[in-house]
Amino acid sequence: MQSLGIDVLFKGKNFARLLEGLWVAARVSLISSAVSILLGIFMGILMAGKNRIIQGIFRVYLETVRIMPQMVLLFIVYFGTTRVFGWNLSAEYAAVIVFSFWGTAEMGDLVRGALISIPKIQYDSARALGMDEKSVFQYVILPQTVRRLIPLSINLITRIIKTTSLIMMIGMVEVLKVAQQIIEANRRTSPNAAFGVFAVVFLMYFIVCWPIGRAAAYLEKRWAE
Amino acid sequence: MDDALLKIEHLRKAYGEHTVIRDLSLSVRKGEVIVIIGPSGCGKSTLLRCVNALESIQGGQILLDGEPVLKNTKDISLVRQKIGMVFQSYDLFPHKTVMENITLAPVKVQKRSKTEVQEEAAALLEKIGLLDRRNDYPRQLSGGQKQRVAIVRALCMHPEIMLLDEITAALDPEMVREVLDVVLSLARSGSTMLIVTHEMSFAKAIADRVVFMENGLIVEESYEPEEFFAQPSTERAKQFLQTFVYEPGEITD
Repeated sequence: MQSLGIDVLFKGKNFARLLEGLWVAARVSLISSAVSILLGIFMGILMAGKNRIIQGIFRVYLETVRIMPQMVLLFIVYFGTTRVFGWNLSAEYAAVIVFSFWGTAEMGDLVRGALISIPKIQYDSARALGMDEKSVFQYVILPQTVRRLIPLSINLITRIIKTTSLIMMIGMVEVLKVAQQIIEANRRTSPNAAFGVFAVVFLMYFIVCWPIGRAAAYLEKRWAE
Repeated sequence: MDDALLKIEHLRKAYGEHTVIRDLSLSVRKGEVIVIIGPSGCGKSTLLRCVNALESIQGGQILLDGEPVLKNTKDISLVRQKIGMVFQSYDLFPHKTVMENITLAPVKVQKRSKTEVQEEAAALLEKIGLLDRRNDYPRQLSGGQKQRVAIVRALCMHPEIMLLDEITAALDPEMVREVLDVVLSLARSGSTMLIVTHEMSFAKAIADRVVFMENGLIVEESYEPEEFFAQPSTERAKQFLQTFVYEPGEITD
């Protein structure tokens, strides 16, 4: 049997470099997810409200983000702004901006959906028990919204993690880029490295995303109504 | 009638151009059970929602113990604590157990001690035969059980008056009975109630007074339910009651 090419990972600091690359991807995902969740909650509450103009603006924003491939957004923010506005954004800033811009739109839509899916009668029956508006929200609406939201937003986070593999297109050395570099550097001595190294990268993504996905499934089951 | 607990005077309720209740007056004495019947869309459910200030009103006033019941006023949640309401369905909180559903408002709103409320809730649950379900979630209960829990939840706030808004309308026929039995025992124990229902034989059995509404108005009112159901004095009430009797008509083809 041919070698799987995993051996290259044990040469020099290759494995440590791969982990560093994974950390870059994780860092961008973490910061973007945190920003997206915070801003998305605000956006979702506004979208579930009654103001037609705000709803219209967010609708356009959401559709724009959905239609545009993330890579195009990355190119616009990283290369485009440098030329047009003279901004000198680092690749990491650009990446965080793009993923937060995308994540906020998606999260906003999730929050909006969760909020409007709570039946009106829940508000009425809480008020009928003498609760003021703050208590209605705190004890009745918010807990139900969060229960609906957590599985959905965890799914969004795993999507963000996976999509960060695109940031190597704007020159960031994340896990996939490191993998490519290792393969290139060892082309002659380990021609099979492409298989082994990418398989390890796949495993790394799996190890990061799988527990998150399991947690979502668990919560979904536990909170099923 | 000055001993009225609840007084509705010249109530008018409209959604934009569409008037749902026009100039309706009704006063309810302590311990009285009033059943409101009428065709759908006559404004009977809206009337109950107005009494609990879940709807804004466009004219007249509603007084409970002489205090106005008005939506969007600062003390409205205080007034609502004196009014218990049970809806058609889906009013239990799905994320809380039966016990938590019942104790939430008495503990958080009325600031009563948790153990005291739990004891009271347990006693009431025992009475309706659901004590062993106290740690279940609403999704684990049947429709009839949910409605009985909703009644207990309202009772635990010690309301002065109960509003029941078609509480059996969404239930399977075999579950209607268990809910109505609970309501009847409440009536016997002296609760003041305003009941909207389509269960005519139940209305006849429980009512101290029957109110027949149509087009946002009280068309007929009777302190003799037996008599009303046997011989309503208005033509409209007669026609309405007739719809509950199924007589095969002639089908022409």
